Amino acid sequence: MATNSSTLMGFVHRRRRGAELFLLVLALVVGIGAYAAVGLGVDGEVPTNLIGYGGWLAVLTVAAHVVVRFVAPYADPVLLPVVAALNGLGLAVIHRLDLAKDTGLASQQLTWMTLGVILFVATLVFLPDHRLLARFTYTSGLAAIVLLILPMLPGLGTQINGARIWIAVGPFSFQPGELAKVLLVITFAGYLVVHRDALALAGRRVVFIDLPRGRDLGPILMMWVVSLGILVLQRDLGSSLLFFGLFLVMLYVATERPGWLVVGGLLFFGGAAVAFRLFSHVQKRVDIWLDPFADPDGSGYQLVQALYGFGWGGMIGRGFGEGMPERVPYAESDFILAAIGEELGLTAVMAVLLLYGLVVERALRAALISRDGFGKLVATGLAAVLALQVFVVIGGVTRLIPLTGLTTPFLSYGGSSLVANWVIVAILLRISDQARRPLPDLTEDEDADEQATQVVKVVPQ
Amino acid sequence: MNKPIRTVSIFCMFLFLALMANVTYLQFWRSEDLNTDPRNARVAAAAFSRERGLILVGEDAIARSEPVDDRYKYLRVYPQKQLYAPITGYLQLGSQTGLERSQNKVLSGEDPRLFVNRLVDLLKGDTNQGGNVSLTLDPRAQRAAFTSLRDTVGPEGEGAVVAIQPKTGRILAMVSFPSYDPNELASHDREVRERAYERLDGSEHQPLLNRAIQTRLFPGSTFKVVTAAAAIEEGVYDQDDQVPSGATWQAPGTTGEQNVIDNEGRTGCSPERISFATAMEDSCNTAFAKMAVEVGPEKLRETAEAFGFNSDYLLDLGPQARSVFPEDVVDVIDGEEQEPRELNGAETARSGFGQFSVQATPLQMAMVASAIANRGALMRPYLVDQVQTASFDVLETTEPEKLRDAISPQTAAQLTDLLVSTVDNGTASPAAIDGVSVAGKTGTAQRGIEGKAPYGWFISFAPAQNAEVAVAVMIQEAPGKQIAGGQLGGPIAKAVMEAVLQ
Repeated sequence: MATNSSTLMGFVHRRRRGAELFLLVLALVVGIGAYAAVGLGVDGEVPTNLIGYGGWLAVLTVAAHVVVRFVAPYADPVLLPVVAALNGLGLAVIHRLDLAKDTGLASQQLTWMTLGVILFVATLVFLPDHRLLARFTYTSGLAAIVLLILPMLPGLGTQINGARIWIAVGPFSFQPGELAKVLLVITFAGYLVVHRDALALAGRRVVFIDLPRGRDLGPILMMWVVSLGILVLQRDLGSSLLFFGLFLVMLYVATERPGWLVVGGLLFFGGAAVAFRLFSHVQKRVDIWLDPFADPDGSGYQLVQALYGFGWGGMIGRGFGEGMPERVPYAESDFILAAIGEELGLTAVMAVLLLYGLVVERALRAALISRDGFGKLVATGLAAVLALQVFVVIGGVTRLIPLTGLTTPFLSYGGSSLVANWVIVAILLRISDQARRPLPDLTEDEDADEQATQVVKVVPQ
Repeated sequence: MNKPIRTVSIFCMFLFLALMANVTYLQFWRSEDLNTDPRNARVAAAAFSRERGLILVGEDAIARSEPVDDRYKYLRVYPQKQLYAPITGYLQLGSQTGLERSQNKVLSGEDPRLFVNRLVDLLKGDTNQGGNVSLTLDPRAQRAAFTSLRDTVGPEGEGAVVAIQPKTGRILAMVSFPSYDPNELASHDREVRERAYERLDGSEHQPLLNRAIQTRLFPGSTFKVVTAAAAIEEGVYDQDDQVPSGATWQAPGTTGEQNVIDNEGRTGCSPERISFATAMEDSCNTAFAKMAVEVGPEKLRETAEAFGFNSDYLLDLGPQARSVFPEDVVDVIDGEEQEPRELNGAETARSGFGQFSVQATPLQMAMVASAIANRGALMRPYLVDQVQTASFDVLETTEPEKLRDAISPQTAAQLTDLLVSTVDNGTASPAAIDGVSVAGKTGTAQRGIEGKAPYGWFISFAPAQNAEVAVAVMIQEAPGKQIAGGQLGGPIAKAVMEAVLQ
């Protein structure tokens, strides 16, 4: 049983780097094509900087590909092209909104993407084995909490749109929460992989759930409560929901006890009910969700405009330059999907959702085939973060669930989010590379002779 | 750990399926709903950026869309500026007034009658073009009405003219003064637009008001025609009868100087009994006050309602003020509203010559004239003659519609005789046209405010026996002029009738 199952079946994963390159070319066609389409649609001509822009996008993706080819040759070939396509599409849509609003966010976003790819490369190069991260279980937990507290410090933190989740250093503002979510995944995974047996097996049975011992669950529960508490204090509903769900999923996967989902679900609804009673801003969100048209020019304005945008797009969209996506406040960040829905239609929204679904699926696949528990937990955690984030933000802007502010991964304007997501992809690639890599041939070490009892001559003194 | 990971995968799949289902619902099934929501600025902007149909008077476009090189692609232009402004209204992003509003579906191309054309446009790759609306207006009558009204009341004056073709109800002229330049309000330059609106909206002369259908005033002596119609219709008097009159009359059940009805110096009214024709020719208040009391408030109201009072009838343009003949009176005693009661004698008497609380729009009084001219048959007034495609193919022509027989043909004939003699021998003589028999009636309505000049009215139709045009003129303000319906209104009505009869 100690030997790898894939070698037992004689199955070795292929590297598929050529497939990745091919898909990357398609992703570039999406990104650069969308950029050109924006120019054609809005100004009636191909953007003058198309060569420079397209060239830079190509350099970034090809560089990422080359690095993967060398340092993670067995990594999943689908992930990188998918996120490159999302990022390219996001840039084009931000450029579209720039033209409408006379801002210059797309070039900033391209700079952030460059930084994201640099960190992606750095992660892959300096992290030859994801298990190294397990060493930083507590360090990263502490770092996450520090990062989450930073925005609350006077002088450093700034409040934007009612949520105090930003820090400003000089001209840059940064959302530490984005990075904290990666760190928390590592913390939860590192802790749970060590304590999973104790959590699952030791303890008392209450009703139909095996409650673990306090000393096993306590530390991680504390961490979680602290980070959640900070987010609630910062009024960052989206991130609170995200962290709660993330913890629940990881606890469930680690312990294999579905009871946790029941407990978590009850806690969620209990917590939501309490929050609804205690916080007026939560009530407001729910009211807007229930009837955005009650105050279409006031509190419901953003959501109503987004819904109009989606409706206006219909099946195939109006085409770049033919809609009014700039009517939706923050169309370039949280509400970017409304802009896509309006100008590219249901077709593009479905494509985007499928791309996200693909990222999550590939991440969970990496978790399934990963050979170590830590890798499984990290990959599952990152997949859950992405899935939940996409669900919370897209569900919010399409009025499936109440709106809570979160960025749309890879699409939305926002440096912190983009950079953090590129790091997430790097870690996922590293885990899948480890999982798909054939095991080193150990048969020589298991030479029968060597295993035979050896006679040790004791040299008399 | 693989089993829970698989469970998580399935859970994630459901999350994505929920998102997909919801967004499909939103963009596919709900899209239509959202796209027709009038609060949706995108709908408005799209309509604004489209080549809208023409509003036509005869061969000429009085509103058209000109291609411009800005984000909205087309600018709405009104070449005749003030002349047709109260009718066309103006187009702005997200809002319209006048015909631009009431005919919006046709002009913007959304009307179902244009569906086939939309389909053809789509197949040919053409941009969706709106349909045209062709109006019933007679450009010569319109211009005659506008210039003569403007010249009569002066730049600070206020008034309106409506001309109707009695047999069909076609509106031949509709003028409101002062008017405005709709081009300023339809400008794509926000500042130009807002400044113009502020200036016009703030003006004490209310140029944005279409007085022809939106201003409701005491019709004064022109209402005597309705009183006479009720009396003849009910058999109380005949055109050849003598009617009670008198120099003054203390309204029944009243005392005091202010309730004495007199004839403002018209001595022909002074005998106790005069001929019906004299009463009409000299516009005797006392005679018609007595006649109204004799007919009674209920019959009077029924006749007024037969002519269109207390109802809405104009479908092509809005908003329309409803002309009023009071159904009942609610007294307020010590701040408390009493039970509604019928009009008393004094109130009926005043109503008989268009005072008390009788109020009419110029369109309403034109309809009174028009019904008499059309042997008692009241036609629905209309402005939209044809709905056409962008390439001038006729999609629909409005059929004249009889609202009702307001009075019998015999009553109409008697009234016509009375009104012809009012032009030939009486107060309405300024409207006389050489070689044409004209029927007309003046009106001078007291505002009920001491020291303020009265309103001037004039209604007429010609040729009397086979009328082609019925006109109502209303003069609300004419600074520096002595307002008497005949002197000011008569020549205007004459000019309009001549323009039509030419």
